[in-house]
Amino acid sequence: MSASLELRRVSIALRGARLVSSLSCTVALGEVVAVMAPSGSGKSTLLAYIGGFLDPVFTAEGEVVIGTQTITGLAPERRRVGILFQDDLLFPHLSVGDNLAFGLPGGSGRAERRRRVEEALASADLAGFAARDPATLSGGQRARVALLRTLMAEPRALLLDEPFGKLDRALRGEIRAFVFSHARERALPTLLVTHDDEDAAAAGGAVVRL
Amino acid sequence: MKLSTLAAAGLAVLTSWAQAAERRPWSEIEIRARGQTVYWNAWGGDDRNNAYIAWVGSEVRKRFGVTVQHVKLTDTAEAVTRVLSERSAGRSEGGTVDLIWINGANLASMKAQGLLYGPFTEALPNFKRVDTSGKPSTVMDVTQPVQGMASPWLMAQIVYVYDGARTKPSDLPRSIPAMLDWAKRNPGRLTHPTVSNFLGVTFLKQALYELAPDPAVLQREATDAAFAAATAPLWSWYDALRPTLWRGGRDYPESGPAMRQLLADGEINLMISFNPAEAVLGSSSGLLPDTARTMSLDKGSIGNTSFVAIPFNAAHKEGAMVVANFLLEPEAQSRAQDPTVIGLLTVLDTARLPAADKALFETPLPPGMPRAEELGQPLLEPHPSWTARLTAEWQRRTLR
Amino acid sequence: MLRHAPALTLAVFLVPLGAGLVGTLLPSFGILPALGRSEFSLEPWRTLLATPGLATSLALTLRVGFTATALALVLACGFCALAAHVAFARRMERALAPLLATPHVAVAAGFAFLIAPSGWIVRLVSPELTGWDRPPTLTTVRDPAGLSLVAGLVLKEMPYLVLMMLAASGQTAARPMLAAARAMGYAPATAWAKVVLPQIYRQIRLPLYAVLAYSLSTVEVALILGPGNPPPLSVLAVRWYQAPDLALTFPAAAASVLQLLLVAAGIGIWHGGERIFQALGRRWIAAGARRGPAASVLTGAGGLAVTAGAVGYAALAGLVVWSLTAEWRYPDALPGRWSFAPWERLSGLAPALVNTLVIGIVAALIAGALALACLENEARSGRRPGAQALWLLYLPLLVPQTAFLFGTQAAFVHLGLDATRLAVVWAHLLLVLPYVFLSLADPYRALDPRYARIAAGLGSTPARAFWRVKLPILLRPVLVALAVGFAVSVDQYLPTLFAGAGRIATLTTEAVTLSSGADRRVVAVTVALQTALPLLAFAAAIALPRLLHRNRALLR
Repeated sequence: MSASLELRRVSIALRGARLVSSLSCTVALGEVVAVMAPSGSGKSTLLAYIGGFLDPVFTAEGEVVIGTQTITGLAPERRRVGILFQDDLLFPHLSVGDNLAFGLPGGSGRAERRRRVEEALASADLAGFAARDPATLSGGQRARVALLRTLMAEPRALLLDEPFGKLDRALRGEIRAFVFSHARERALPTLLVTHDDEDAAAAGGAVVRL
Repeated sequence: MKLSTLAAAGLAVLTSWAQAAERRPWSEIEIRARGQTVYWNAWGGDDRNNAYIAWVGSEVRKRFGVTVQHVKLTDTAEAVTRVLSERSAGRSEGGTVDLIWINGANLASMKAQGLLYGPFTEALPNFKRVDTSGKPSTVMDVTQPVQGMASPWLMAQIVYVYDGARTKPSDLPRSIPAMLDWAKRNPGRLTHPTVSNFLGVTFLKQALYELAPDPAVLQREATDAAFAAATAPLWSWYDALRPTLWRGGRDYPESGPAMRQLLADGEINLMISFNPAEAVLGSSSGLLPDTARTMSLDKGSIGNTSFVAIPFNAAHKEGAMVVANFLLEPEAQSRAQDPTVIGLLTVLDTARLPAADKALFETPLPPGMPRAEELGQPLLEPHPSWTARLTAEWQRRTLR
Repeated sequence: MLRHAPALTLAVFLVPLGAGLVGTLLPSFGILPALGRSEFSLEPWRTLLATPGLATSLALTLRVGFTATALALVLACGFCALAAHVAFARRMERALAPLLATPHVAVAAGFAFLIAPSGWIVRLVSPELTGWDRPPTLTTVRDPAGLSLVAGLVLKEMPYLVLMMLAASGQTAARPMLAAARAMGYAPATAWAKVVLPQIYRQIRLPLYAVLAYSLSTVEVALILGPGNPPPLSVLAVRWYQAPDLALTFPAAAASVLQLLLVAAGIGIWHGGERIFQALGRRWIAAGARRGPAASVLTGAGGLAVTAGAVGYAALAGLVVWSLTAEWRYPDALPGRWSFAPWERLSGLAPALVNTLVIGIVAALIAGALALACLENEARSGRRPGAQALWLLYLPLLVPQTAFLFGTQAAFVHLGLDATRLAVVWAHLLLVLPYVFLSLADPYRALDPRYARIAAGLGSTPARAFWRVKLPILLRPVLVALAVGFAVSVDQYLPTLFAGAGRIATLTTEAVTLSSGADRRVVAVTVALQTALPLLAFAAAIALPRLLHRNRALLR
């Protein structure tokens, strides 16, 4: 079901000022490509373009292709591209379990959905957390739930917008390993934007500098 | 509505006198009335009035086999409009309105447009008990002769209300000139509603009655000359009075109820009212102290009469006449003067009643409720043109 | 559909507003086909200008409008300066909020009883301290100078401005800047006036103009607290509109147009004043004085503002006492006999209560739906409306109600809608919509847009993201905005009177009618109920999210 993620001559500009210029690259299955750039240089804008929610003040061109499908013209919800931000952004009105269930594609029965949520939680050492309020979780736990939620939707590619930026040192390595291993396990093409060399090195894939 | 009715009243020519007078013997009318249902169109905004009408209904059903259906109006003009539209639709009999509680502009308008049945009051056996000379408003409504087209029912008359706990009756002014001296001795303790309010202009009209060189002119349409001559003493009286009024005459309560609140709070000592039962009703509902009492002027005060009239096309004229006649029964009249029932004054000449009926009017009334005879001669309402001119002139003088 | 939301929303209030202005302007020049008059004439203006006491009316209107607005502003500034550094005042902020929700009529009626010569204050100190065994013959309410009217307006408008200022200073780094200024030796109030006020004034300018427009044209507060002889211009116009003599409609329309000109000129004058103050203020700030008379003025104003808040509550308390009174004679400090009997009159108020509830809820829901649609459309398209849109939004709050309601009513008559609840709802929407939108816009725009992106990444359509993610997270601000809308609807007097053709009674119309002198106990019950409704709405807006989100720490 997986396929590579490919950017073809992607350019983004804000009122005439180039932020990304004619970027092309391919992210293979299970590969984590790091996009490195200093803050405020349009890294997040690139992810917004791939995800399909670029602010209309920007002008952008170029194609984003997953496998053989060009997704650039699709509505964001039809692209099936998962994204993780620096903040976990767990929905504060839903329990941990419901946050995960939100990501699950519709159609399956209640018991089935529940089983899959429990299973996912257990895989992240979070068994029994389904009924918890996300606000009561530790930073590391929330980061793991956020990733699980993204994976529940069965994305075809993963976009990481400095997702480890706010974690403290000790946690950082652990969560990074957790995210990367899950991405590789599912053979997801993953694009990581960061300004941290350590993150880029840990990604182990190609490094693109804007 | 208001404008057109006033205009119609001005044109009250006797063109519509084509209607024949009621000449059938009363016994025949009573026989025809039996079994009829009378649709009595009457203002329905007061629970006590409504209960009284219901009592009348149960009595006439018992005594004469006439059923009364109270059609509750929010404005009497609704009934006038209904009759008018029935006539426009060519419905000259079998109309839906049998009896209307009416007076003032509505009565004048219906009469002028020939919308009433009659004259019929002479046919009512009880009409001869009405005090038509002592209470001229029973046959003369706002300067228009009623001419038997409506039967008098109850009377309202101007009274002045005070708090007996604060003011001794002997200190009270019993005439308009005395009121000025009294006000000077009690500065800030007298007021009247603003003159754009009905009760406010009534305060001036009452004063005008006593001060005008010739009160008879008030019954005729006011001319510039007549108005100037008649009101000159009024304005000199008022100019002297005004600085002694509540708030130095720079502000006036907006309405009668607002003025009543001032009396209840003790801000003023005396207030005018067109409701003889004002003091009693005010005390019983807690709006005025229990010690509220009424005072009247020695030379009498303006009174007006509520009538009942029968539309020209009423389906149940006989039943309507039976009800109108019953309303003049001493029993019905004495009951209505009880402030817990209605609290208005009788139109009958109680002095001429047989002893048994007279006794009905001597039953004790609550303190604060005056008897008709205590209020002095009821004076006729001036011609409407005086009201408009008084309002305009007062505004010109007081609004700067 | 969503794309048309802004246009639809603007149409909902601009069309009746525009039709209303035209429908008022024409009769002021003698044109009113409904009464068979179609010829241009200056007669209405001549009648208006010949009205006895018109000059006094105009002077009164202007004096009251400007004094009330300026006082409300100075007091609000004083309060905010105080709240910036005094913990007690900061706690008072919360206490002011319920006064904001209280209808104007309620505060006015309660205040009138408080300060009347036979009112509660005099009763509390008489006759022991004053020797007044009768009410003094003083003119403390409805005084010709309009002072009691000014005070009544300040009681209501000051909390509104305080709230607006606090919201505006929340968007600036007020706290560290104040600390910095004080570290440079500026006295607290001086620091606030020199550092915070210049930053927030721009944001409170429109609310301030709305206060000025309201103070220049209020009818319901003026009916209770203003002089009647002659009254302010707005009351004069409404008296004529309501007179049985239809010919008075023409001078009434002329008076309404004059009122509009007055408000426009008033805003212009205020704007000019702003420039002068700005220039003077800059010099004052640059002069570098660390303390001075301005600080004392502000501190005094802060104290006055706290007092005004207390007076507002005392006014409401007086009404509550009256609603439980059997008999309360002057000079007793409290009722001689207490009773629940006034509340038994509630059944008589049932129709007005039902109207108030239905109209308020429907208006708030429609306004809420339109505002949400506009904001969601804005979030999806990424296009924020410009500053002009804000002016448009404020337009119904700036145009005096007398200036358009007659024409709006005429339009409703054309549509066959007059005297229906729908017409009243629509008329209320003119004022409910702006307030709902303004109160919802900030929290809606502040919601992290990445929530919606996450949801899209998880396969949610924008609609699902709206219903399942945004709305639940924003439940509290949405409910608060609905409560604001409901409170604004409950507060409306003139729109109800006109659109309802006097036949649709709400608690507010009842309260105004009754407060002209009917049984004070019934007035108290009506007004207490009228005050309770918006407060209950706000309580529900705060309690409901707590209940629904009781296990969600971030949303309680």
